Amino acid sequence: MDRALNDTGQPAAARRPPIIKINVLAWMKANLFNGWFNSLLTLVVLYLLWKIVPPLIEWAFIGSLWTAAAGACQQSDGACWSVISHNFRFIIFGFYPYDQHWRPLIAMLLLFGLIFYSRDRKRWRKSLMYYWILGLATMGILMKGGIFGLQPVETTQWGGLPLTLLLSVFGLTAAYPLGVILALGRQSTMNGVRRLCVVYIELIRGVPLISLLFMSSIIFPLFLPEGVTINKILRAQVAIILFTAAYIAEVIRGGLQGMHKGQYEAADSLGLNYYQAMRLIILPQALKMVIPPTVSILISAFKDTSLVVIIALFDVLKTSQTVLSDPKWMGYSPEVYIFVSIFYFLGCFSMASYSRKLERELDTNR
Amino acid sequence: MFQIFIFLLVGLLAYYLVSNMLFNMEKQHIASGWGFMQKESSFEIGESLIPYSSSNSYGRALLVGALNTLLVALIGNVITLVLGTVIGIARISTNWLVSKLAGIYIEVMQDIPVLLQLFFWYAIFYEIFPSPRQALSPIKGVFLCNRGAIFAVPAAHQAWGYMLIALAVASLLVFFLKRWAKKRQDQTGRRFPVFSASLLLILGLPFVVWLVNGSPTEMSVPELRGFNFQGGMAVSPEFAALLLGLVLYTSAFVAEVVRAGIQSVKKGQTEAAMSIGLRPNLVLTLVILPQAMRVIIPPLISQMLNLTKNSSLAVAIGYPDFVSVANTTINQTGQAVEGVALIMAVYLIFSLSTSLFMNWYNKKVALVEL
Repeated sequence: MDRALNDTGQPAAARRPPIIKINVLAWMKANLFNGWFNSLLTLVVLYLLWKIVPPLIEWAFIGSLWTAAAGACQQSDGACWSVISHNFRFIIFGFYPYDQHWRPLIAMLLLFGLIFYSRDRKRWRKSLMYYWILGLATMGILMKGGIFGLQPVETTQWGGLPLTLLLSVFGLTAAYPLGVILALGRQSTMNGVRRLCVVYIELIRGVPLISLLFMSSIIFPLFLPEGVTINKILRAQVAIILFTAAYIAEVIRGGLQGMHKGQYEAADSLGLNYYQAMRLIILPQALKMVIPPTVSILISAFKDTSLVVIIALFDVLKTSQTVLSDPKWMGYSPEVYIFVSIFYFLGCFSMASYSRKLERELDTNR
Repeated sequence: MFQIFIFLLVGLLAYYLVSNMLFNMEKQHIASGWGFMQKESSFEIGESLIPYSSSNSYGRALLVGALNTLLVALIGNVITLVLGTVIGIARISTNWLVSKLAGIYIEVMQDIPVLLQLFFWYAIFYEIFPSPRQALSPIKGVFLCNRGAIFAVPAAHQAWGYMLIALAVASLLVFFLKRWAKKRQDQTGRRFPVFSASLLLILGLPFVVWLVNGSPTEMSVPELRGFNFQGGMAVSPEFAALLLGLVLYTSAFVAEVVRAGIQSVKKGQTEAAMSIGLRPNLVLTLVILPQAMRVIIPPLISQMLNLTKNSSLAVAIGYPDFVSVANTTINQTGQAVEGVALIMAVYLIFSLSTSLFMNWYNKKVALVEL
């Protein structure tokens, strides 16, 4: 008998389950107008949105010009997106020789392809490393030229998006292992090594990146023996790596300290030496634990590459500023800066959402 | 053995680099040393808190820069703290609209480089805002134009100075009142309405001073004379853009810190506090906030330090902060090593003093587990 009997002894009529689907009004009452304060808040916010959003849409879309020449833009009240469309190739590629733009384009597509391919954790094998080495070498050859009949292009002519991506990708990949070494050094039992690492990390973290960039552009040439010069991009790259590594080291130290003492003891009791214990037991767990903060460090490093503007490297922010200094296109800064912002936003946002995905996948304690 | 090897390596590297440097400097006839600090700077600085002219020394110019950095860091941190807290609370609001908007704000502001934001606001001030003749006036007494933002401020009067003193005295009194009230409560168990008494002191004492001084109400309203505004208080476009960019960027991070801190207090804590009969405001002040603060304060301090370090980007939009002045000094004197060392030293002093404070604070509030 699975049907309850009612008072009269007759089986009760089957009843539908209560409705859990909420209609729009009920949802609004629960989420927008629960209590007088929230109702007032909703109304105020709606009023502000009404004041701000329609004019913005009017400016950005309805009254905007997308391909018009500079002259037509001056007559219009709307946004002048043609500043982007007319200078698109300069913003993206900088001073790279115009007829050779296909080379950085292919290099970037290769990079995006590699990143897209490595997204899946199932593909993280040794072969992937070889693909990356091969890919990076191809990109280098494409950018630099000089062999296979490619016209050589000096690094001083590199710029725009390829430069930003170069600084970010090499900066992040080189800073990570350095950060791990520094973190291990800081946790080391050897007093001297530990002190050295502490001094390095605290020193770097205490100063702004811009001072390191100044150092790389002004002082570093003084450090080199006579006649030896290192090009400006590489010097800025080194400054970014040294800076990011210190921050990564601190995050990883957090992971190492968060490990249970039992893990170290278990590794010792298995007879593993320091190197084996770290590589097989400690680091895999510690690094996994600190994925979220590591990614936020990587994201800020990506954003910080824009600081090379100050030492006059032509990254994507500097090329767009150069466009704005052209008398024909003066005064359209909001359009250009919004365009560059969208690029940075997409980069950071995809990194953040990938890290959330990775975190879910690696969560073995579920 | 390994350690000795490492030290030898680092030592050798340092020796090699420094010897190269000395050789190169000798070759380029760069004299090292701090003698340049006393020389005449012969450049002007747009904004200064202390009297300065181009005939003053480089040392004084650098001091002007350091004070400007401190000014922007101080004002920026205070506004960021308030704005970040408001947005952080808005993020966990039960109001869907407010919470979503706060979420969008946090995500967008965090993902755009702060330098780009500075450029953006600077361009808004310089290119979009009209000349002083057609200045925008969103609120009465506030004018926005390409010369910056001009506010109406109370006209100079001796009462304002006395009111500041009264405020300081009131704060001191509140401090002692709190100590006395805690001692009394510990001894006798009787509570003293500290909060309302403090509020009365902080607001009341300056008010009484204001009344005694003849209650001045005259305002200095900015007025257009010729090509620029007279009166009021003017904020340069550089300063306004720097402040706006830094505040909007950092407050997104502060909002996340505040949100995480409040959410880190388990629901059971609230329920337990309510079940022993605490009133809602006491639940907040005695149970939730002390625990949330322990989580919030350390990352909050590091965000404030970030803002201070990011203020060095002022050099890109021409606000004369310390880095900017030091950069000009380097370009004029060629004392690159000393200049960069000075920049690093100044920021290191900021960060090291902050971390000393942090360690002290962490020890003070750390959980004492029995």
